[in-house]
Amino acid sequence: MRPVAADPLAGSPPRAARPLTLLLLVAAFLTWSVLGLATAPSARAATQACVADAATGCINGTIRTSAGAPAAGTTLTVDGPGGESTATTDAEGRWSVAVTEAGEYEVTLDTATLPAGETLRLPDQNPRVVQVNLGSSSVALFPLGAPVEAPAGGDDGSTDEPSAAPAPGSGTGQAATAASSGSGITAARVAQLTVNGLVFGTLLALASVGLSLIYGTTGLSNFAHGEQVSLGGILAYVGTQLVGLPLVPSAIIAVAIGAATGWLQDTFLWRPLRRRGVGMIQQMIVTIGLSMAISYVFQFFFGAGPLRIVTDTPQSVMIGPVRLTVTTLISMGVAAVALGGVAYFLLGTRAGRATRAVADNPALSAASGISVNRMIRLVWVLGAGLAALGGVLVGLYFGATSWYSGGALLLLMFAAVTLGGLGAAFGALAGSIVIGLVVELSSLWIPIDMRYASALVILILVLLVRPQGILGRATRVG
Amino acid sequence: MDWTRILTLVVAEFFAPTTAAYALAAIGLNIHFGLTGLLNMGQAGFMLLGAYGFAISTIAGWPLWAAVLVAIAAATVFALILGIPTLKLRGDYLAIVTIAAAEIVRLVGRSTTFTDLTGASSGLRGNQYKGSFQDASPFPDGTWALGPFEYAVNASNSWWVRLVGWAVVALACLLVWLLIRSPWGRVLKGIREDEDAVRSLGKNVYSYKMQSLVLGGAIGAVAGILYVLPRAVQPDSMGRSMTFFVWTILLLGGAATVFGPVLGSIIFWAVLALVKLTMRETIPTTVLRSEQIEQFGWIIVGVALMLLIIFRPQGILGDKKELAIHAH
Amino acid sequence: MPTEPTSATVDHRAAVEAALRDVEHVPGAAKPDPILVADDVRRHFGGVNAVDVDHLEVQRGAITALIGPNGAGKTTLFNLLTGFDKPSSGRWTFEGRTLGGVPAARVARAGMVRTFQLTKALNRMTVIENMRLGAVSQPGENLLTALVPPLWRRREEEITAQAEELLARFKLDTKRDDFAGSLSGGQRKLLEMARALMATPTMIMLDEPMAGVNPALTQSLLGHIQALRDDGTTVLFVEHDMHMVRHISDWVVVMTEGRIVAEGPPESVMGNPAVIDAYLGAHHDTDLGDDALLDEAALEDVAPDQDAAGRPGTEEGTR
Repeated sequence: MRPVAADPLAGSPPRAARPLTLLLLVAAFLTWSVLGLATAPSARAATQACVADAATGCINGTIRTSAGAPAAGTTLTVDGPGGESTATTDAEGRWSVAVTEAGEYEVTLDTATLPAGETLRLPDQNPRVVQVNLGSSSVALFPLGAPVEAPAGGDDGSTDEPSAAPAPGSGTGQAATAASSGSGITAARVAQLTVNGLVFGTLLALASVGLSLIYGTTGLSNFAHGEQVSLGGILAYVGTQLVGLPLVPSAIIAVAIGAATGWLQDTFLWRPLRRRGVGMIQQMIVTIGLSMAISYVFQFFFGAGPLRIVTDTPQSVMIGPVRLTVTTLISMGVAAVALGGVAYFLLGTRAGRATRAVADNPALSAASGISVNRMIRLVWVLGAGLAALGGVLVGLYFGATSWYSGGALLLLMFAAVTLGGLGAAFGALAGSIVIGLVVELSSLWIPIDMRYASALVILILVLLVRPQGILGRATRVG
Repeated sequence: MDWTRILTLVVAEFFAPTTAAYALAAIGLNIHFGLTGLLNMGQAGFMLLGAYGFAISTIAGWPLWAAVLVAIAAATVFALILGIPTLKLRGDYLAIVTIAAAEIVRLVGRSTTFTDLTGASSGLRGNQYKGSFQDASPFPDGTWALGPFEYAVNASNSWWVRLVGWAVVALACLLVWLLIRSPWGRVLKGIREDEDAVRSLGKNVYSYKMQSLVLGGAIGAVAGILYVLPRAVQPDSMGRSMTFFVWTILLLGGAATVFGPVLGSIIFWAVLALVKLTMRETIPTTVLRSEQIEQFGWIIVGVALMLLIIFRPQGILGDKKELAIHAH
Repeated sequence: MPTEPTSATVDHRAAVEAALRDVEHVPGAAKPDPILVADDVRRHFGGVNAVDVDHLEVQRGAITALIGPNGAGKTTLFNLLTGFDKPSSGRWTFEGRTLGGVPAARVARAGMVRTFQLTKALNRMTVIENMRLGAVSQPGENLLTALVPPLWRRREEEITAQAEELLARFKLDTKRDDFAGSLSGGQRKLLEMARALMATPTMIMLDEPMAGVNPALTQSLLGHIQALRDDGTTVLFVEHDMHMVRHISDWVVVMTEGRIVAEGPPESVMGNPAVIDAYLGAHHDTDLGDDALLDEAALEDVAPDQDAAGRPGTEEGTR
């Protein structure tokens, strides 16, 4: 039992020690940001950039082909309170328009000027309307690709959430969900969706098991766990696309660095906070700040667009009525091995049993000679590493990763962990599979763009009936 | 570098409609968290529902007062739906359920299924629903300048929105000021400290938590209306980050205080404007593109939230002595 | 508050003793004037019967002690009776009213108010605010009335006067405006008891009132508890300290492994072989009043350790 009282103001007054560590962290981060400016690929200047000031607002965007290359020479028309103007994309696919009056502007893309063979992924969002304020920039994006019924990108203004998560099939060349775009309930479609659900659930499990272990041992609901997932995907992208390594070494390095960030976080942030006696609710809010900071750091360096880890079209195979890509099959093998490894660790090794003991009763574990802090550190490393692996595989499965690919999964992870019973690692696994299946199969009945909502509705309903989760058990009280 | 211009723009943030909207949202969250200890991680959901409720009923031709009532009613129903399963559970369940529910509102709002009602992901344009609010203004149209600040009197990002917005914020502050000193507020504070103790004293804790959730949520819904009046209803700009900003504002100003949310909102937006404008002025676009300056601003917000909660959890106006005591 | 006429001159203890003189010294004995009657109360946790009480009556106006080794189910029984936990089965009445399945807040409003083993002073509220919170019939606790101070200010003054009187009685008046969290452990126990009295309960249930209280305060706490009885309040308390039990209680109920194994006046119960067995196993020759030994025995008996886990039951599905 881990009592987490709603406790808005609890906390010790800052004692002398620890602050230095945190300041150092922040300083290191800032240094990194500044140094990164010179090298980050996305930091190069646009040729005709609009600069927002008191009298000027900007509307801008970048248009890329479905393969991710810049779409140069595309014409857009902007119409609104400040009059009508046109813009053409430059060699990097960028365009921008300066306006001198705030208000709503309608941006129309001239589809005839798109590169040959390209179409708008969301034809019903052309023209689109953006709100422009003087002194700031608004973004209007027109994703290219095969047209889909579901809109996949919200992109107006800087505080926006991107789409709930990249939908398989809305990316490029992802064949895995070919069958799911049909309508009507056929056996083949159900089979395809079930398999998709199992695949998605397994990938989700990689991320949620770590979240659950961290919750179990420390009581912390880590809102920054999504960013650990994004980190894995982005590091793999850096490895394959920027450094030029093959996929497998990139993935291994991504997981290793991901795990290392778990160690770093626990050493320089969470352990000092635990030592200061900072309350659980406060620590949770720290994870929220961390999540915001990290996700915008990703966006700062890598932009808001999709980042393709592998650019060639994946090969697919048919297994009975079910179509899967070879990459997905291999991913499943890797995920199964990783999850099996975690299960063996927890059940079969001394350290694993100690971890579970810490989750059960930290005070008793400490009294019986288990180093609670070492176990927590181990769990952070393990959890972050698994999340990074999840990030790489999710990036491959959906065709691309992005600054938000983990953030979009965060709530599904929480749903999985809660369903399984907060803090129960195997429960998180079961919960993830359930969530995966719910997400995929619900699109048989409800519109595909609401399927993530269905998983969250299930979460709320389960809490109503069985607050301890699927595998959690009600404990005695008193 | 034009410091006068920067300072003017920063000062303009002090009384901008967005600042008022966020202050109001934080006042609602303060009732949840500061007074009752409820972890509402879905304040943006209440705001978005309020915005939809107001905009959709106005577009359907309902009068201004009815549209506002619809927004409040929507938030009330939402609070009841969230509260019934979770208020009897441990605090962190409410956090997960509220953040999930806010996401559900956004996902349903942006879904193409309800395009006729919500405009899907492109949302509802301001001109569709601003009319009744602007018509309610007693002032003649045109623009009006107060020193360097010149805005339209009634249209869109206007003096009228500012006047109404801050009047509502003042009313909400008065409400909280009255409640925080009342026996009702005392029960809420007791629940924040230890709900079992309050239960053992014969108070219906569940009912009080529900009242708190509904009241704070309704205030959030009105904040949502204020937020969208000078712009459009965009589901994607009212997501998780918005909730997190509201939290940052509340903790910055000081939870459980009357004016903390207002002060927090003013400082939040003014400092953000100052940082971004200064960076725009000093850093050439060849080094940092304007989106990157925006993103840098949000990075600062995230880091500030972390530092704030670690080093000054009581915020600017909070009582240091009150904090010096370890709870439990 | 008093349910019968009180007078400082009446020897209440003698009166209660007289009333209980003819009661049999057996588990589940019937009392002449029971305020609380419980039947077949059971609570399972997994396979363990934490509470398994066939019949229990508590005499009105008496101080009844509930004793037993750690894990005997005393706190769980408290939780069940006060609505903080739900029984697997069972029914009970308080002053003739059925209270089984009634939520904790309504139990308290019915006149049965409890305190907790781990003190629940509301740390970041002042002492006087803690006290005011304990009061009943404050119209200002309604959301709408709260907005109009004239509607509740009068009652607030009455409450404050009552609170100050109690604080003076418990020697906490000098701490009136301090945060409860700044009090010592013993003072917090006193505050919790005083706060419970704000509601003028007919029956007060104290869960280990002496735990963690420094010896200097013990005597005054004992005095307060006896004064409660003298005012006509029924007291049921859980305690480990045998000296205290012997000193102030009129009747003792002994639990082990969820069951009631003995009942009777303190002297008779302390000599009961079943009780000595339950506490000490083989150490028959030892005096039960020997605290040092008792503590040691308690330490040996750590599992299943639900009393030490200490958190009062709530309906939360904690893992």
